[in-house]
Amino acid sequence: MDAFTTHTGVGVPLRRSNVDTDQIIPAVYLKRVTRTGFEDGLFAAWRGDESFVLNQEAYAAGSVLVAGPDFGTGSSREHAVWALQNYGFRAVISSRFADIFRGNSGKAGLVAAQVDEKVVQRLWDLLEAEPGATVTVDLESRTVRAGEGPDAVEDSFDIDDYTRWRLLEGLDDVSITLTHDEDITSFEAGRPAWKPALT
Amino acid sequence: MGRTLAEKVWDEHVVRSTPGEPDLLYIDLHLIHEVTSPQAFDGLRLAGRTVRRPDLTIATEDHNVPTVDWDKPIADPVSRTQVETLRRNAEEFGVRLHPLGDVEQGIVHVVGPQLGLTQPGMTIVCGDSHTSTHGAFGALAFGIGTSEVEHVLATQTLPQARPRTMAVTVNGSLPAGVTAKDLVLALITHTGTGGGQGYVVEYRGPAIEELSMEARMTICNMSIEWGAKAGMIAPDQTTFDYVRGRPEAPTGADWDAAVEHWTSLRTDDDAEFDQEIVLDASEMAPFVTWGTNPGQGVPLSGSVPYPSDFEEEGDRVAAENALRYMALEAGTPMREVAVDTVFIGSCTNGRIEDLRLAASIIEGRTVDADTRLLVVPGSARVRLQAESEGLDVVFKQAGAEWRGAGCSMCLGMNPDTLAPGERSASTSNRNFEGRQGKGGRTHLVSIPVAAATAVRGTLSSPADLD
Ligand code: SF4
Repeated sequence: MDAFTTHTGVGVPLRRSNVDTDQIIPAVYLKRVTRTGFEDGLFAAWRGDESFVLNQEAYAAGSVLVAGPDFGTGSSREHAVWALQNYGFRAVISSRFADIFRGNSGKAGLVAAQVDEKVVQRLWDLLEAEPGATVTVDLESRTVRAGEGPDAVEDSFDIDDYTRWRLLEGLDDVSITLTHDEDITSFEAGRPAWKPALT
Repeated sequence: MGRTLAEKVWDEHVVRSTPGEPDLLYIDLHLIHEVTSPQAFDGLRLAGRTVRRPDLTIATEDHNVPTVDWDKPIADPVSRTQVETLRRNAEEFGVRLHPLGDVEQGIVHVVGPQLGLTQPGMTIVCGDSHTSTHGAFGALAFGIGTSEVEHVLATQTLPQARPRTMAVTVNGSLPAGVTAKDLVLALITHTGTGGGQGYVVEYRGPAIEELSMEARMTICNMSIEWGAKAGMIAPDQTTFDYVRGRPEAPTGADWDAAVEHWTSLRTDDDAEFDQEIVLDASEMAPFVTWGTNPGQGVPLSGSVPYPSDFEEEGDRVAAENALRYMALEAGTPMREVAVDTVFIGSCTNGRIEDLRLAASIIEGRTVDADTRLLVVPGSARVRLQAESEGLDVVFKQAGAEWRGAGCSMCLGMNPDTLAPGERSASTSNRNFEGRQGKGGRTHLVSIPVAAATAVRGTLSSPADLD
């Protein structure tokens, strides 16, 4: 997993609340045997609508999604996080995330930054007034920043310490376990010889 | 204080334990199949990792495989892609694979025990919830998700929170004609589908000790249907006799050392369980489900319940919905329910003893004219063994379809499915809506009930045949 310290990218205002994982990626897109390529199913039901935000050129290269409360509810499918990442998103900003989605994001390296509802509102206003404007998500200082002058947004966001540490270090669960490689190796040395092993 | 079987096996596998963090458990055996492994292998590839212990990892093809024409390319493109992806991954990462057509191919939970890979005291995982089957040997075995599959592939370990323990003590003896399947279906109806949530369950007591290994597997298999994390049975002489001489079982001095260790795993007399349930086997009878979850069951001699029979509002609503989906009238005697298809197979009841028992009931009789009987061995070895005993001939002469090995109609990922509205009596483990095919209606039954039902065309036990 790539380390995440700070990221600046085009902000995408998604003015919707309760975006569940079926909306992020419908079940019919789950048959793929890879962990990549799910971008074609991202928000599939909405992508057919020309006015949908990702269909507007200024936002098409977006990498920071700014969404309404209760983002990622519903089915536990890990594919929802993969789809956002496959599309190019590095961070999602919302005032409330569903627990499982937040957990899956942390595992996969997508930053789920929880901010005050007013911050979401100001980001939406700013990104709609200036399509293509960038948002910075600074994980080290836990701040989001966007715009300049009187409308500039700068505020802190919440993310739990353990997840922040893992993301800053670029450690997924496997990487963390691999830091205990010596323990695993010495455990293996003590396994009885009669335990089955395949040739 | 003494420790339980589950605690002993757990403690032996802790690689690392830190307060406030889950234990890191070592995994002795990782079973792989085509449906839940592709993204895990893809994850390894993306991170440039390898499989840490290919020698503790084994793969087979089961969920998608056809049970006819298995020498031809798989017709369904999605199934074919999953199977071909597994083949490529196994090759690339050096994992032993038993593909369709191989003599060791079969349902992953039938293959492990049959090779002697499943042994007492091991930790066994698979991206499949019925991994609990292997607990019958006194192994700690449970299903995991795709991220966890990747974690085990890369590290041969898994971070796990210590579960609670429960004892299910079954006293007495099962009456003649009543099987382990009836026992576990009655238990699930007794506890509800969430009764085992968060527990590793140990099945014990005289009725369990009397069971054959294959019957014990049937019970542990369905642990997940009442929510348990895993089911276990203490290893004893029955276990050792079953494992001994199998291809991957220890031999010589290793065997003696292994048996000595396995014997020490039994729950200590002064050990305490977090929860206990006591049942009497001698009161049990053939048991069948009427609803759409495995906890909605009644004795075969009973009737479809009235929703008003249930005290809790939630159960009443569930019963109403289930009756509607199943197209059953409350009050109908279960014996009057006519079925279109009987499915004998799955990791619950697809082993050689199951087929022998079914054949002994079918022999000299014919399948009802309006009913189809599908017999699907759990593995290629089971198929060959059955054929060497002439069981296939018994089934075919009775008018049954004799098939190749796989999961088949247990979940209908291959072409073996129920048509909408069709009703089955199935020896598998899940009667969820649409499980065996969109709109299909499933009654979970034991082997004797399945065989007798095929002959009579309505839910029956062998006692109804004379
Ligand atoms: S037989 Fe059924 S329950 Fe068993 S592994 Fe196959 S699909 Fe799952």
